[in-house]
Amino acid sequence: MAPTETAPPETAPSDPPIQLLDRSGKLSTDDRLPLDLATVDLATLHRDMTLTRRLDTEAIALQRQGELGLWPSLRGQEAAQVGAAHALRRQDMVFPTYREHGVAWCRGLDPVALLGLFRGTTLGGWDPYAHHFNLYTLVIGAQTLHAVGYAMGLHRDDSTGTGDPDRDTAVLAFLGDGALSEGETNEAFVWAAAQNLPVVFFCQNNQWAISAPYSVQSRIPAAQRAAGYGFPGIRVDGNDVLACLAATRQALHRARSGGGPTLIEAVTYRLNAHTTADDATRYRPAAETEDWAARDPLERLEAHLRSTGAVTDDHFTDLEQRERDLAEQLRAGCRELAEPDPASPFEHTYAQIPADLRQQLREHLEFVSTGPQDGERQ
Amino acid sequence: MTSPQQFLLPDVGEGLTEAEILAWSVRPGDTVEVNQIIVEVETAKAAVELPSPYAGVVSALHAEVGGSLAVGKPLITIDTGPPGESADGRATRQPEPEQAALLVGYGPQSGGAGRRRRRSAAPQHGTSLPEDRVEAGRPDQVVERPAAKPPVRKLAKDLGVDLTTVTATGPGGTITREDVREAAERTAPENVPAPDKARPAETRIPIRGVRKHTAAAMVASAFTAPHVTEFITVDVTATMRLRELIAGRREFRDLRITPLLFFARALLIALAKTPEANSSWDETAQEIVLKHYVNLGVAAATDRGLVVPNVKGADRMSLRELAQALADLTATARAGRTSPQDMTGGTITLTNVGVFGVDTGTPILNPGEAAILAVGAVRRMPWVVRDDNGDERIEPRWVTQLALSFDHRLMDGRQGSELLAGVAEILHEPGLALL
Repeated sequence: MAPTETAPPETAPSDPPIQLLDRSGKLSTDDRLPLDLATVDLATLHRDMTLTRRLDTEAIALQRQGELGLWPSLRGQEAAQVGAAHALRRQDMVFPTYREHGVAWCRGLDPVALLGLFRGTTLGGWDPYAHHFNLYTLVIGAQTLHAVGYAMGLHRDDSTGTGDPDRDTAVLAFLGDGALSEGETNEAFVWAAAQNLPVVFFCQNNQWAISAPYSVQSRIPAAQRAAGYGFPGIRVDGNDVLACLAATRQALHRARSGGGPTLIEAVTYRLNAHTTADDATRYRPAAETEDWAARDPLERLEAHLRSTGAVTDDHFTDLEQRERDLAEQLRAGCRELAEPDPASPFEHTYAQIPADLRQQLREHLEFVSTGPQDGERQ
Repeated sequence: MTSPQQFLLPDVGEGLTEAEILAWSVRPGDTVEVNQIIVEVETAKAAVELPSPYAGVVSALHAEVGGSLAVGKPLITIDTGPPGESADGRATRQPEPEQAALLVGYGPQSGGAGRRRRRSAAPQHGTSLPEDRVEAGRPDQVVERPAAKPPVRKLAKDLGVDLTTVTATGPGGTITREDVREAAERTAPENVPAPDKARPAETRIPIRGVRKHTAAAMVASAFTAPHVTEFITVDVTATMRLRELIAGRREFRDLRITPLLFFARALLIALAKTPEANSSWDETAQEIVLKHYVNLGVAAATDRGLVVPNVKGADRMSLRELAQALADLTATARAGRTSPQDMTGGTITLTNVGVFGVDTGTPILNPGEAAILAVGAVRRMPWVVRDDNGDERIEPRWVTQLALSFDHRLMDGRQGSELLAGVAEILHEPGLALL
């Protein structure tokens, strides 16, 4: 019988993703992914995940209040992002998509700066070198090539395999499941493998590329693809912050030591719609979302912390206050973001402005200074 | 003195121009917190809940439930300063109703829309407010919202459970999924008797949206065009066989080959011999307009109600093109994305009531069209068959019923019967389409 639109091709059976912290908050070990708990600061992981979620929640509210044009929510992906970010060293370079608010937070970016792009006050928002965190990339998969290019530079600068912990550097490139179907991503994988580059591809497989489910994009788990390019792939529970941390540490260590690329597939779920302009209920069954909500990454870590007594009640009380402060900082900071200078796109396109562009700039400034015309909306 | 702040309807979905108010969660006099949900609106893209940007007391709602509001227009006014607090010299901002609509609905809210003081959850005005609410039959609107996560709230809404009546067992006094389920089970049997106070004997649903549109169209049609309906029962076994044959062909591999496709095709072929069925009545010009193109409407039941998008130029399509067009049209309709353009300009309509398991019905014309064909369920039925020797026997066959309604101003029994019999003939013996 001919396949129909409702019956996507069957995906190959696969092992469950590696998990160190189960949904009830119970710890276990896995020989494939060793993790020395003495090197893990659980309270800080919990703090960063909680504040990341609050940042996200507040940004959604600001969008609904007309202060932001758009916001891509990371809700449900806090463990994947915070886990991966905590494996980084200062000199490692991150290439994010537009949803890596948790990584940005852990890298120390001003959270208000994240809002600028979505308020339309900037085309970038921060200095990529200040925190070794590149600008958000909106073109799906494009950042994988930027990451590979940066890794080529590291290779040529002999910044890998020296054994000097302050010198050896790796690149961490983020991507989603949708990017796996893009040409750029496949080029990046091929090139990274061919040149044995110090890059880790961290794929948050959140199951949905806007409205396209992963099942219509691939017949095999994302991690299995790595073998075809010739580098290791590892599949972890993306809602388990410890598994994400351990896998990224292992992969970054290999990259810094000259061992080449790794693909990490963090199996997770985008609990909210693709962005605030999307309505996920039109393509996604509610039962699926509820099922994933029950595997919440924050709840399981909190359950672990409470059941083991790893932190005191003060931790939670302090955190609540920090959440409120962060929310207030975002609300006030968002409204105070400076309006962009109308000349800035012209000034930043070329090192020296060509004559015809200078003419356009003059005309543009003149046009802007006259204000809105009749019949035009502001 | 108080400080009234207006919250203008934002563009919540990249380039929207208006939204419909679905439900207010607050009323004038209510105290609201920053980010408390105040209203649910539906845009062309989605239904979304809007959180309050201000803490204070609601002084006015500027739009009614069911009404539309343009982006940039005032939605709600909230007094952000309690009475007698003007002495602190905070900048007060007067409402600016004439503030121009913003292209993408965000940007600077002119003036000192900066930091605002937080307020306690206790109501600042009128201590009798909670009682007022209970009297008004809205016990869910008390000031202290019970703590529950959004999916749990959704579950409670779906199960009709009032969260204020639920005993919370979750961490920090939050209501869990299980609490809601328990409450639902506890209250369910009590709700069965009709004269229960908590459950009114009637529910009043405002007439709007698709329902309103459908109602107006049906009344206009039923009381303008004198309807005649004719019926026929037909053995469609040969068509079902043809469907299997076509579904197995390479070029149709990626398409859903449904019986509806063949009903549509048969109607289009038969229609060529009865042009009156593809016409309209121009009362003003006193003319009958015969259309030399067919825009085939297909009625689709969606979550939002009945929509009838049409396939433009359906008569000039190959079977494959028609299959694709029907698939696109139903997918778009089910997703709630049918555009007004897709629904106008139809010349004749097909309605498949068979999907609901019924044999047929007496369809009402889509306004402005001359005919509509209803197709019933295709069932295995005993049928009298005659073999080559002229011997008769009863066999199980695929059988369906068709009903054709037509506008008696434009067609008489002769044309109507010709068309209906023509459709039936092709479905019974698809080879006749070669003629």
